[in-house]
Amino acid sequence: MQLVVENLHVSYDKIKALHGISFSIAKGEIVCIIGANGAGKSTTLRAISRLIPAQEGSRMEFEGKDLLKYPPDKVVSELGIAHVPEGRRLFGNLTVMENLQLATFARKDKANIKKDIERVFSIFPRLKEREHQLAGTLSGGEQQMLAVGRAYMSGRKIMLLDEPSMGLAPLLMLSMFDALREINDAGTTILLVEQNARLALKFAQRGYVIENGKIVLEGTSEELLNNADVKKAYLGG
Amino acid sequence: MEFFLQNLVNALQWGSFYALIALGYSMVYSILMLFNFAHGDIFMVGSYIGLGVATMLLGLGASLGWALPGWLVLILTIVISMFLTAFVGILVERIGYRPLRDAPRASAAITGLMIGIILETGNLALLGARRMSFPPLIKSVTYNIGGVFVTNKKILIVLVSLGLMYALHNFIQRTKWGMAMRAMSYDYLAVPLMGVSLNVIAPMTFAIGSGLASAAGILYGLAYPVLDPYMGILLGWKAFVAAILGGRGSILGAALAGFLLGFIEIFVAMIFPSTLRDLIAYSIILLILTFRPYGFFGQAHSTQLRL
Repeated sequence: MQLVVENLHVSYDKIKALHGISFSIAKGEIVCIIGANGAGKSTTLRAISRLIPAQEGSRMEFEGKDLLKYPPDKVVSELGIAHVPEGRRLFGNLTVMENLQLATFARKDKANIKKDIERVFSIFPRLKEREHQLAGTLSGGEQQMLAVGRAYMSGRKIMLLDEPSMGLAPLLMLSMFDALREINDAGTTILLVEQNARLALKFAQRGYVIENGKIVLEGTSEELLNNADVKKAYLGG
Repeated sequence: MEFFLQNLVNALQWGSFYALIALGYSMVYSILMLFNFAHGDIFMVGSYIGLGVATMLLGLGASLGWALPGWLVLILTIVISMFLTAFVGILVERIGYRPLRDAPRASAAITGLMIGIILETGNLALLGARRMSFPPLIKSVTYNIGGVFVTNKKILIVLVSLGLMYALHNFIQRTKWGMAMRAMSYDYLAVPLMGVSLNVIAPMTFAIGSGLASAAGILYGLAYPVLDPYMGILLGWKAFVAAILGGRGSILGAALAGFLLGFIEIFVAMIFPSTLRDLIAYSIILLILTFRPYGFFGQAHSTQLRL
């Protein structure tokens, strides 16, 4: 297993957000976590990226290394865990190119950077056209492309995606998932968090259902798509 | 006309001091959203470090039997002192502000004031209450340009300041560290996701701001060669006003507002009795801020405080 999360507890001040969740992902997999708003999906990704502290007793390992020993920037630069955060969080005052370059700040394999930027531009040709434009002036779809492209530049072992479909028109949404598939084909594991459960389960091989900070169901996408509870709660009957 | 130009020269000199110090305030604010209220005292420390370095260089030259030329001592003093003061800035960040990064901003502000007092009283304890004089280093030459008297020192002060601002601009626009600083000013919580450590960029920002304050301190010492431990307070607050006037976090704004502040002060004193200078000058600034509460280049923004 590439990523192992065991008994992960997280709270915001006094409010508990995650009550000891456990899951694991193998290299090259596409796994999704589905659940309602506030169930703890984003919190899980934030905890893996070490943006919020995990509580005593939690255990997280990535490729055999103890994730809890790494500060957030090293999670990206040393372990290769890329995170596309909720709301994209692009640097609107930087150009498209600068956003991509900033993500390579701590990379030591300078020789590959140019190649990777070319690769991002081949996956998202629109970004190439907008190369010197400020990220803040991009359309919503282009911003999502840049967010994914930027994450790709920062680390390529696993990509954590927080609602990549949010705010995208259906057609853009499909081409976004095609692009993610392409990134996955090249060897990047994908952990996806989505409110749009149908879309997520069609894209992923496996899924976990999270409710009130606990994992209540898990299985292959097919199992979950056919599960009566999932159908009722997340797939609209 | 000559009278006006004469004052313009003085305004440029004072503007240089304000602008150089204001840049430090603005840079730190732009990346960490806190005002480093110890910054005026870092200017003072930088000036004293400059005094120490200059005295040492002069002494070194004398003891070796070959006196270094004054301009060389001055250049070396500025460069060495900027580096040394940069370390003071790094220490201030490490000890004073880093533990408070997630604390309420008021705690950081109080800490800044405290650090300022420590620097002032520390200096007092170390060197005594005696005022110290800054060595002249270069011979003062006065040029008469069409009735306007300009000293070589004033020209030097303005040119060095502009040169440093230009260098800073290039650093921020062209290097990857500068790029990280710009990114931090937009959304500092998202920066670690790029693999950039805040613990690299934050001290670097303090270092640069402190280095610029040190340069200001030495240039100030050249123009007004009497140093005392409290010299940074008033100048520091005025530079803080310039940083606010320029727009919180705006580098260009801080530089322009620094010069504007110099102009307002000098020209108010030209018309009104000089005892009323600060009252009138800062009333004007208050008026400007009434109409532009975010300063020249500042923007009203709500920052998402959690990722």
